[in-house]
Amino acid sequence: MIAEYASRLIQIIPFFLKGLLMTVVVSGISLVLSTALGFILGILRTGRSRLVSRSIGLYVDVMRGTPFVVQIFIVFFILPEWGLQLDALPAAILALTAMTSAFICEVVAGGIRAVPKGQWEAAAASGLNKFQQLKLVILPQAMRTILPPLVGQYVLMIKDSSVVSVIGVTELTRVGWQTVVRIPEGLMVFTLVGVLYFVICYPLIRLSNSLEQRLSQESVRL
Amino acid sequence: MITNFNFRVVWEYMPLFMQGLRNTFLISLVSLILALAVGIIACGCRLSRWKLLRGLAIAYIESIRSTPLLVQIYFFYFGLPTLGLRVPELETGIIALMLNSGAYIAEIVRAGITSVSSGQIEAGISSGLSYFQRMRFIILPQALGVTVPPLLGQAIVLVKDSALLSLISVMELTRCGQELTSERFMPAEGFLTVAVLYLCIYYCLKPLAGWAQKKLIFREAY
Repeated sequence: MIAEYASRLIQIIPFFLKGLLMTVVVSGISLVLSTALGFILGILRTGRSRLVSRSIGLYVDVMRGTPFVVQIFIVFFILPEWGLQLDALPAAILALTAMTSAFICEVVAGGIRAVPKGQWEAAAASGLNKFQQLKLVILPQAMRTILPPLVGQYVLMIKDSSVVSVIGVTELTRVGWQTVVRIPEGLMVFTLVGVLYFVICYPLIRLSNSLEQRLSQESVRL
Repeated sequence: MITNFNFRVVWEYMPLFMQGLRNTFLISLVSLILALAVGIIACGCRLSRWKLLRGLAIAYIESIRSTPLLVQIYFFYFGLPTLGLRVPELETGIIALMLNSGAYIAEIVRAGITSVSSGQIEAGISSGLSYFQRMRFIILPQALGVTVPPLLGQAIVLVKDSALLSLISVMELTRCGQELTSERFMPAEGFLTVAVLYLCIYYCLKPLAGWAQKKLIFREAY
């Protein structure tokens, strides 16, 4: 019986790979968008304007304080009531980007705050304008603190992308769910799904760890 | 959009929301306590001298950290019945949450223990302190400062993660929002109320984490 299920499962592996591709596409697009948005928000968060900083802080709190599944329901079910009708895929990307950009914002803000104040002053004294100070002096140093947790956020986002299956995006988890209805071998099906996630996430976790070690060693050497 | 918001329905469903809030709180608390136990045991194995135990602990921790919680929940939800085990949804969910958070807590505890430098332990040994005295007076006071703040962070994550149990029809807070959506088709009233209630929990736990950070890190640094 189990052998029969296993052979059927092997037959539908292309189906799983399609799901994996969808997971990669959804998280890839959200990754690019949320990195861009997160960096902008993070830089504004450390800026001089109190009001802007506070409002971004509130945004971050709301994103961090509510479960992603509730956020995605809000995007998918409530935005249409307010006149923004989205398909499942754009809704998923919007929700993932909104949440991850909040997390990345905090990572970036933390990295910028970790750069000593003297660096800003030195850059200003060299006659660089605000944008040049940030681009040429502050961010290159902040990247050392930002990079490892940033990769960690990407891993979290790829894992959270499994939740968009609830609004019907046919990504990896959704494929597993559809399969288990037909092949009642829950352990086998979701082990396969888990292995496919592992293949993407584990190297990224290792990358984050090695970045952390390499970058902190470098700072010791200086 | 606010003018359409039907507070009367929210009020009518308030007992349901309160019950959901209570269930979310209880589920998170029970899972957290169990996860602490799992995490400490896993961390003990991870730091053990025996290769087999260490390997098992690493396999457990890394496989949990590299796969989404939702896949783990489905793994148990669809997988346990194929093993002939009939476990109710609530218990299935708590098992998944426990094992998931346990892996993260194991890493938090490990970071705490390894943060105590070996010189401290050697100093303790050469002062003639026994193993328990060293634990009580040297290792734990320092390790707790590094461990408790991220543990409270994990508690916040756990509350949010418990929202995923709504997908296997456990009657917790997010499920109340789904109920309101399916019975009255009022997703805005349902999910915004749910989001606000989650934010309430978040704003209770967040200052606690900040307070612990100040209090304990200070103690570590004196």
